[in-house]
Amino acid sequence: MFRPSHFAAVVLFALFASVVFGITQRETPRRMIRYGIYCFALFVGSAILVSWVMFLIAR
Amino acid sequence: MATEPDKSAGAQKDSQQGFVYLPLIAGWLVPGAGHFLLRKWCRGALLAASIVGMFAIGLAMQGKLYAGAHDPLVLLGLAGDLGNGLLYIVGRVLGLGADQVQVTTADYGTKFIVVAGLLNVIAAVDAHNLRTGRKA
Repeated sequence: MFRPSHFAAVVLFALFASVVFGITQRETPRRMIRYGIYCFALFVGSAILVSWVMFLIAR
Repeated sequence: MATEPDKSAGAQKDSQQGFVYLPLIAGWLVPGAGHFLLRKWCRGALLAASIVGMFAIGLAMQGKLYAGAHDPLVLLGLAGDLGNGLLYIVGRVLGLGADQVQVTTADYGTKFIVVAGLLNVIAAVDAHNLRTGRKA
């Protein structure tokens, strides 16, 4: 059984979703790559931000 | 000699010839196949790797393949799973996936499988848009 950490699961999810979003939502290869990186950063960044918010609420 | 409007009209007519829903259906059944049919090899390979990878990791995390529709939330999960096309059917036939979600990673795995199906639907619609000329 594959048991990644929570963060590894977030990174894997963000990676796969960003590739599909980049390819399907933009028309030129350059813009696809830029949009894919943008989506990846937003996925991972928002997960880290929300994690900190939940950590501070739970204290 | 054809003028520019004539050329674009001709190109649009060419893109409408044949069965325009073939890339949509092929892309739904096999991830990336819609783009392969349109000779978009690199895009198709990346989409296939992402969607199949996400589905496989979901199964490796002991994710569950939804089977019934006895509850509205289960029905939504089933709709997402069905987006995987043949991957879902093969998974069900082979009895892959957990029967019960018992650990946290299995819950993540179930979501990975559902999202892989939804991403596959987006990819199949993209192949259809390429086929009809709506997207370059």
